[in-house]
Amino acid sequence: MTETVLDVRNLRVEFPTRHGVLTAIDDVSLTIRRGEILGVVGESGAGKSMTGMAILGLLEPPGRIAGGEIRLSGDRIDTLSETGMQKVRGRRIGAVFQDPLTSLNPLFRVGDQLVETIRLHTRMSRSAARARALELMREVGIPAVEERIDNYPHQFSGGMRQRIVIALALCAEPELIIADEPTTALDVSIQAQITALLKRLCRDRGTAVMLVTHDMGVIAETADRVAVMYAGRLAELGTVDDVVRRPRHPYTTGLMGSIPSLRRDEAELQMIPGAMPRLDAIPTGCAFNPRCAFAGPKCRRDIPRTHGNGAACWLALEGATA
Amino acid sequence: MTRPILEVDALERRFDVSAPWLNRILERKPRRTLRAVDGVDFDIRPGQTLALVGESGCGKSTIAKLVTGLHAPSSGSIRFNGDPEKMQMIFQDPYASLNPRWRVGRIVAEPLRTLRPGMPEAQVTARVEELLRTVGLAPTDAAKFPHAFSGGQRQRISIARALAGEPEFLVCDEPTSALDVSVQAQVLNLMKRLQREMGLTYLFISHDLSVVRHMADVIAVMYLGRIVEIQPTKDLFANPLHPYTRMLLDTIPDLEAPKRDRAPMGGEVPSPVSPPAGCSFHPRCPLAFDRCRRERPQREASVHDRRVACFAAAGAGAGAGVSADV
Repeated sequence: MTETVLDVRNLRVEFPTRHGVLTAIDDVSLTIRRGEILGVVGESGAGKSMTGMAILGLLEPPGRIAGGEIRLSGDRIDTLSETGMQKVRGRRIGAVFQDPLTSLNPLFRVGDQLVETIRLHTRMSRSAARARALELMREVGIPAVEERIDNYPHQFSGGMRQRIVIALALCAEPELIIADEPTTALDVSIQAQITALLKRLCRDRGTAVMLVTHDMGVIAETADRVAVMYAGRLAELGTVDDVVRRPRHPYTTGLMGSIPSLRRDEAELQMIPGAMPRLDAIPTGCAFNPRCAFAGPKCRRDIPRTHGNGAACWLALEGATA
Repeated sequence: MTRPILEVDALERRFDVSAPWLNRILERKPRRTLRAVDGVDFDIRPGQTLALVGESGCGKSTIAKLVTGLHAPSSGSIRFNGDPEKMQMIFQDPYASLNPRWRVGRIVAEPLRTLRPGMPEAQVTARVEELLRTVGLAPTDAAKFPHAFSGGQRQRISIARALAGEPEFLVCDEPTSALDVSVQAQVLNLMKRLQREMGLTYLFISHDLSVVRHMADVIAVMYLGRIVEIQPTKDLFANPLHPYTRMLLDTIPDLEAPKRDRAPMGGEVPSPVSPPAGCSFHPRCPLAFDRCRRERPQREASVHDRRVACFAAAGAGAGAGVSADV
């Protein structure tokens, strides 16, 4: 049995528009092992959420997977029909989104939502499902579960709601959880509680987690490996320690330098000039080349690729720009 | 010592959050008051940046609205020792704070047209171009609509608009929270440069301690409508006095020294409608003792430029834990 839970190879997502086909995800390959947290980081529009949505089969039309393959524990899932995918979503892949209030139905008690989800995925009597719901709520750290199970979502705080969403994602004991900005709407003290919870679940249950976020700090404290995305492509992929402390892609270096330090005094923050290109104006060669201080002719001509590990940068790949 | 440009004294703002009148009568529900700002004092000296930090609901944005006059205080006072026209505000959401139907030139010129009605049109145009250049945009951008700009560029437009009336004092409510980090760096650098060149004073509101550390001279930490601690930035990070500040500093992810195995602080911020008795932080506080549950820490006589509202911290540190204006 393979240890690899998620295996994405050369994923390409396209959006046909009136002005031509836009490539939103371009040749992205990544894997997540059992019990591993892979952070996917990038700025808005980098394609990090869309990668998660493509894996979940939830791309908004006219978006479509135009190339590559997605395997879940060896089974190809990108070619499944909508009904086939419905059986995978929730059962084998759990999802946690940014805003816990929109992930829960405001008209139903949280217990009923948990029971319904459990019974959708497993054969279980109503009372057994309720017992399981209580157990899940306890596991995600909700106090006084016997009273809280019959409350409505609005009666919970933001952090508690996100715990319930995580409990919902756990109902069918999925192999993979895709958590898209799960802590962004929460205050820092609550954020730390949620990331600690994700880490514990990942360790205890062996669930693979894809943690999509814009926050490098959350990645540094939570993820095992990290994929940095830029303009729909992978800029760098490696262990958190390598990417955070020894970034090799000039974009990653710039990104890390632009975060104000908690320890050092800086007169000026490091800046990356310009902005990420729009999807209809991605430059030829390396997408980062117009903003890169080290760009050479090759960077302007050929796209650097990273598959599995390292930086997609000609400088890092070949040691010099040709 | 120079005279403060802004003096805030015992400021309070209460909001009536009672159920509607009929429900109160029929269901015998009591009147309920939310104390969004519950006795806040601070001063800001010219050319300095004072930051208010805290989690959502701590009252920091309400203070911004009180200072700029968008809300009236329930009690207490705000004294601005300057021309009221010299105060401007930068808002968090660069999408909501610019009129989408106006061209950028008109947006930036609006304060000029309001504050200097007699200014000749050619001069207004020249000033708008100059302002756009100051914030790193092109003079030709004046003819475009806000939708043509990214979030960071829009925030530059907001800054240009705020600078139009040559302000001395800017209230910045989470000016970079809606922006990506690399864009945030551009805007923060711009704000620091403008402060240096124009001698601006900032009231800087943020939930992000690393941003605040970079920007502020003095930091006031807020919890449930009150300032629990106020210290010069360096001292606050080197020697946080209030247990809540220590908790915040301990919980924020630190890129340079990730605390991967830490146990996060439990509990949540209580509802400001029914805050705990005594010190409102006591249910989450590791140092809480009997007095904290009964009595609210009050500000004390001034000794030096730091102040903490905590019995435990005041008892522990010699000289520390005493209130003063900063």
